[in-house]
Amino acid sequence: MTPSVLLPLLILASSLIPGLIIFTLKEERQRLRSLLNLSGAIVKVALVGWLIWGVYQEQVFETRWALAPGLDLVLHADALSVLFVSLSTLLWLVTTIYAIGYLQHSPDRSRFFGFFSLCVTATVGLAMAGNLFTFVIFYELLTLATYPLVAHKGTPEAIRGARLYLAYTLAGGVLLLVGAVWLRTLAGPLDFSQGGILGDIPGLDQDSLRWIFLLLIAGLGVKAALFPLHGWLPQAMVAPAPVSALLHAVAVVKAGAFGIVRVVYDVYGVEFAAELEVLTPLGVIAAFTILYGSVKAMSQDQLKKRLAYSTVSQVSYIALGTAILGPLATIGGVVHLVHQGIMKITLFFAAGNYAETLGVHRVSEMNGIGRRMPATTLAFSVAALGMIGLPPVAGFISKWYLGLGALEAGQGAWIIPVLLASSVLNAAYFMPILYRAWFLPPNAWPCENDTRYAGETLPSLQWPPVVTASLALLVGLFAASPYSPLEWAQLIASREYRQ
Amino acid sequence: MSDLLIALATLPLWASLGCLLWPRLADLLSPLVALALVGCSLLLLDAIAATPVILHHLGGWGGDLGISLRADALSALLLALGTVVTLAATLFARRYFTDDQVRYRFWPLWWLLNGAINALLLSADLFNLYVTLELLGLSAAALCTLGKDKPQALRAALRYLLLGLIGSLLYLTGVALVYAEYGTLAIPSLAQQIQASPASLTALLLLSSGLLIKCALLPLHIWLPAAHSSAPAPVSAVLSALVVKVTFYLLLRLWFELFTAVITPAFATLIGTMGATAVIWGSWRALMSTRLKLMAAYSTVSQMGYLFLFVPILLALPDHDSRALAFGALVLFALNHGIAKAALFLAIGIIQQRLGHDQVDRINGVARQLPVTLFAVALAGSALVGLPPSGAFLAKWTLISASLVTAQWWWLLVAVIGTLLAAAYLVRVLGAAFAPAEPPPPTGKQLLSGELPALLLAAMATLGLGLGAAPIWSLLAPTGLGNIL
Amino acid sequence: METTQLIYAVTGALIIGLGLSAALRDEPLLARIIAINIAGVGVFLLFVAIAYRGFGQTADPIPHALVLTGIVVAVAASGLAIAINRRLHHDSPSGDGPAEDSSA
Repeated sequence: MTPSVLLPLLILASSLIPGLIIFTLKEERQRLRSLLNLSGAIVKVALVGWLIWGVYQEQVFETRWALAPGLDLVLHADALSVLFVSLSTLLWLVTTIYAIGYLQHSPDRSRFFGFFSLCVTATVGLAMAGNLFTFVIFYELLTLATYPLVAHKGTPEAIRGARLYLAYTLAGGVLLLVGAVWLRTLAGPLDFSQGGILGDIPGLDQDSLRWIFLLLIAGLGVKAALFPLHGWLPQAMVAPAPVSALLHAVAVVKAGAFGIVRVVYDVYGVEFAAELEVLTPLGVIAAFTILYGSVKAMSQDQLKKRLAYSTVSQVSYIALGTAILGPLATIGGVVHLVHQGIMKITLFFAAGNYAETLGVHRVSEMNGIGRRMPATTLAFSVAALGMIGLPPVAGFISKWYLGLGALEAGQGAWIIPVLLASSVLNAAYFMPILYRAWFLPPNAWPCENDTRYAGETLPSLQWPPVVTASLALLVGLFAASPYSPLEWAQLIASREYRQ
Repeated sequence: MSDLLIALATLPLWASLGCLLWPRLADLLSPLVALALVGCSLLLLDAIAATPVILHHLGGWGGDLGISLRADALSALLLALGTVVTLAATLFARRYFTDDQVRYRFWPLWWLLNGAINALLLSADLFNLYVTLELLGLSAAALCTLGKDKPQALRAALRYLLLGLIGSLLYLTGVALVYAEYGTLAIPSLAQQIQASPASLTALLLLSSGLLIKCALLPLHIWLPAAHSSAPAPVSAVLSALVVKVTFYLLLRLWFELFTAVITPAFATLIGTMGATAVIWGSWRALMSTRLKLMAAYSTVSQMGYLFLFVPILLALPDHDSRALAFGALVLFALNHGIAKAALFLAIGIIQQRLGHDQVDRINGVARQLPVTLFAVALAGSALVGLPPSGAFLAKWTLISASLVTAQWWWLLVAVIGTLLAAAYLVRVLGAAFAPAEPPPPTGKQLLSGELPALLLAAMATLGLGLGAAPIWSLLAPTGLGNIL
Repeated sequence: METTQLIYAVTGALIIGLGLSAALRDEPLLARIIAINIAGVGVFLLFVAIAYRGFGQTADPIPHALVLTGIVVAVAASGLAIAINRRLHHDSPSGDGPAEDSSA
């Protein structure tokens, strides 16, 4: 087998194999487990580096395996997959380090890390899926791999949250499946291709295509937490912090958003989708979700719930960017896939640190926490400012391009106000937290867990948010340099438009 | 190659005799026989790939008079399923029965049942099929009596036996009509002769209704949940995975090889509707069940329903290629269900032995106590629900696709609802197993050897059949299925 | 089809019908077992009628062979059914009547 066939498989195997081995490990084998986890994550980063370089050189990486006549499992790396693969790979490495520290004294870790690895395997497979059939397979696998993570604590609350999660995502999966099968019977194998495939096939029934679009977007919208399909996300907050980080930044929510991008650009083709007039409804729903999520976030006292609603809002920027016709909006939407991931994971790491170290779960308990945990709180602040969209943090870049795109498409009249309103709302729910954390005098902490360390908390908990916050700052500052997410997004946009 | 057919048909019977004569050697003998049979069935698959139909006349009696053995891709695939499931269940059964008396009674019946399954799949004659059906029904009912909860197991076994006998009688009456009309009972000769006539239609209805009782198609399923849920675990596994499946195999042969001229779209729609009802009612009852084994048994009712859903779709599909695709999916679905359901019953058997019960609401802590078994339950369950990458996922994809192509979207709706209900009962079990127990049970050993058969079967259904299913279509392609392919 | 043949065939069919309807009704289990046997006799009669080739002619041997096999099977099945039934009464003497559907 040539490297171009092997590489996608190796990228999958680098987390699948450690995951399967971890399942068989005894609970006490902590060293071996961490070694397996970390070496898998590092090998994956290296392999993805190779992939980035190759795709940049326009090499083709493709693996194909016939499952049934006419149904091929295809792994194919293009610019968009590389963007998502590198995001999840990098953040997986950081999250693994974080999770090892976070779960140091909790039970059932072999099970946890086993499913953790499966979850990333599914995400990476989904990113590299070369046709809609393969995408559906990995999309469902992701659901299955994350369910035990959400249910991990085993408390009635966790089981309820997990059940709700599964009910939403499986129902969404069925919609996606029916849409994909229907489209397959109309239009053939559906291998993703830049610029779309449906526009080139003559004689397709436009009404059927609209219905299929609705089915696909509804199926994907469940994971992407589009209103009114977002109900599971705030409830899934009962999961341990690394899982929340994974759900919100690396895997699940991102998978839904990524799927929307794939369907619009590489199945329908954005220009053809605009002809079908399906983009405007998508844009309106996305815009509404942006505002709705922010408004709901303001009234949450539980920190993780507030962050969850913030995710509902922020992920819809990606859908919004996808729904606006024009390369600039595409850049804004696609680059936000990365930027939101980096910023949101920082916020969840920080929230996890507060909960784990001081027992702080509520915004009202955060008075003066900046003095007790300065590094964590600094990271939190950088990410929060980025979410609001202040330069030079990454979030600003996304919003800037979205705004430009809206103007370019002549839809600035309603989109720019949405973006502005959203930024104001973001500020309204993040600024009070920052104010409390830095400027109010501290109260007594609910329960202080770890006083054995000299620093503010365990090093493996403290460093991940600092690293990701710096990353958020760096991709914002150096957005114009080669290999930056913004540059990749521009590359993708240039390949998606035909004229 | 004929040796393979003879070995597959007779080796289990020899084993049965051997286990009866030397009960102490049965534990040693059985795994060896099971292994040899798996080898034979794999060799047969290999042979079928080269020669699509293998025929052997026992004792040299040619023509329609003697007993002949016949194998094609469909029977070879089901034989492979049968031997693999039997091997796993045999290995499991060695550790399952602790009472020597039960064990001595178990092995001869076990091999008799297995012999009946193999002989049924190899018979090419309607009357021989009757004999194998009876052998199947008798040995299965006798095995059911070995269940732990005595009066209940006996009652279920008796009901199973009597309804099976009624089914056999209906079938035999149909056979008599066929002989009166066409003067032969050999399937290859009949396939060329049967025409639409009132007598043919009556014969078809009698044969079908007899077999539908044995297949437990709603509303003829009443015997199944009790029988399958009160039998010992390895027996339940084989009953659900194989016994109902081979009767369905016989129906397939009847409908699509013999009576093609007689079957009308209305008949197919009726069968499909009964299948659809079975899918939904079976899944619903499975969701409502309070016991794991009962849940698995109702799940069999619903999974058999899916097989019948394929009938109207297969007949409505316009061209050869799409029919071949759907037929392959049907076979894949049957194989997937066989393996996954066997895995599920074996895994439930372990849970039941460890906890002393199989009440869904009281299995909390199993996730920690028996992680490997619970993993097997989850894998097998995903294969039953039809989640990727199981074989059922491909089969359901094809089913949905075919129902869209033939503009019969209502079957799609049934498949979707059935899938969601199935997912719901799987989640119910997993959720209950993840719930913490008070006091926390000791963490289980990582892998008990008794857990291995269930785990391997479950992995085979989810990964093996999902990723390696393509040869099924190429194997089936040369012979297809009688007159419709 | 000759009259003689028809008489036997119709009688066979009637016996099958009577036997099956008795077997499906709720009666003591032993009665059901007997009813099934009676229905079996009806099927055998049907086969015998089919074998008839006309007065003075030798009968078709194949149905006879089938009936012989059928009788053997029926004896075995009845034996097993009676054995289970007896065991059931032995274990729970009050448990007469049809098997309960424990699932319902």
